[in-house]
Amino acid sequence: MRVLRETWDYLTTWSHWHGADGIWTLLVQQLLLSVTALAVAVLIGLPIALWLGHLGRGGFVAINTSNIGRAVPTFALLAILVTLDHPGVATFGPYGRAGLATLIALSLFALPPIITNGYVAVDEVADEIKESARGMGMTGGQRFLRVELPLALPLVVSGVRLALVQVWATATIAALVAGPGLGSLITEGFYRTDYPKGIAAAIVVAVVAFLLELLGAAAERAVDPVRRAARETTTRKGGRTPVNVGG
Amino acid sequence: MTLLAADGISIAPSCYSRLTNHWICGSYLQDRSSDLVHATVQHLEITGVSIVLSIAIAFPLALLARRVPRLQGLILGTSTAIYTIPSLALFPLLVPFTGITATTVVIGLALYALTILVRSMLAGLVGVPAEVRESATGLGYGATRLLFRIELPLALPVMMAGLRVATVSTVALTTVGTLVSYGGLGNLIADGVQNDFKAELLAASVLCVVLAFALDALIVAAQWLITPWARRRSG
Repeated sequence: MRVLRETWDYLTTWSHWHGADGIWTLLVQQLLLSVTALAVAVLIGLPIALWLGHLGRGGFVAINTSNIGRAVPTFALLAILVTLDHPGVATFGPYGRAGLATLIALSLFALPPIITNGYVAVDEVADEIKESARGMGMTGGQRFLRVELPLALPLVVSGVRLALVQVWATATIAALVAGPGLGSLITEGFYRTDYPKGIAAAIVVAVVAFLLELLGAAAERAVDPVRRAARETTTRKGGRTPVNVGG
Repeated sequence: MTLLAADGISIAPSCYSRLTNHWICGSYLQDRSSDLVHATVQHLEITGVSIVLSIAIAFPLALLARRVPRLQGLILGTSTAIYTIPSLALFPLLVPFTGITATTVVIGLALYALTILVRSMLAGLVGVPAEVRESATGLGYGATRLLFRIELPLALPVMMAGLRVATVSTVALTTVGTLVSYGGLGNLIADGVQNDFKAELLAASVLCVVLAFALDALIVAAQWLITPWARRRSG
């Protein structure tokens, strides 16, 4: 196929990787964007989710944020944010054009998996364990920090990992509103019928997504202090089906 | 409302024009209702065909994974690997094979739904208690009758839960099809951004969410209808 050969040529041409609009610059931009959005979502969502899980209340909220999050197309959210006067399309620091709008949309998008997993992780810690911690005379805060949190950590990290891969994937959509990242090469390739360019960028995005997935899996294994206990928690949950929303 | 007194014509200004650009605009909905209907129909068609195609692929795969445990890892692994490819990247990757057509979007979305559907179908089938299967076999049920009369009905709740997730996500993802100009309501959203047309943008976005919840409710209703035994037990 000619398109595929031309795509290969595009990818192997050194000049396409260089410069302000080069693949490398856009890749770093999108990575920075994804990590920032994830950090914001973690800082906002995780404390709430963990605390609700500790109290064993608010499961309704935790589950419904994912349901609503799934139904709202990120593209629509992004489009509305970009059209607002603030933050609008203005350049925002290293995040590029429409950077702030993209950051907000991606952070909101990252919240559901983080909140749901965070809540479930703490809530699912076996009742006997919680009870024995109580029997040992631990206060609520101690039980949370010393018992529930370490046991919940693998599932919490799994939620963050899921969110990272999804945010990375969804960040490409920013290009549909002329935003930052590798998606801009994809849309450019399509709107100017330069398909090899679009396909080449798509391959780069997919490869990085795969690498992030591997990295996340490694991180998840690394934080697991009690692997066996953790495996029991996750299997009882019926596995973790990744749920992409608007990505 | 902005007053358009400059040219001396005293017609009430509409809530959408070159000078006024409101988020909520009834006259836009009236004037462009055919556009909205057209986009909604396209959205529904693409979502519906994708989900049906996805079910058609996922079901045999789930059965196969159930029968041959050695293939289970491969099937789950492959469908998850497809899932990590971003949608905006998956559509371009399909274009050399399917062109700038609705087929590209349908295949892409079907592949996405596959991960969720295969997992939930397999989980549903695996969840059928062995005793139940054994007693049915003891009653003389063959493999096919066992599957359709015993296993599927019991697996249905878990499968339907997966179908709900897949459908709602697919409605949202369909918007991205606008890249190859088959995005249903996504096309209107893209147009709204390009022309800074707020009424169109908001109307299409809201319709998307409404559509997702409507289809979700439809699946819940369908499940209620086809599982009379579950109703009896719970109520």
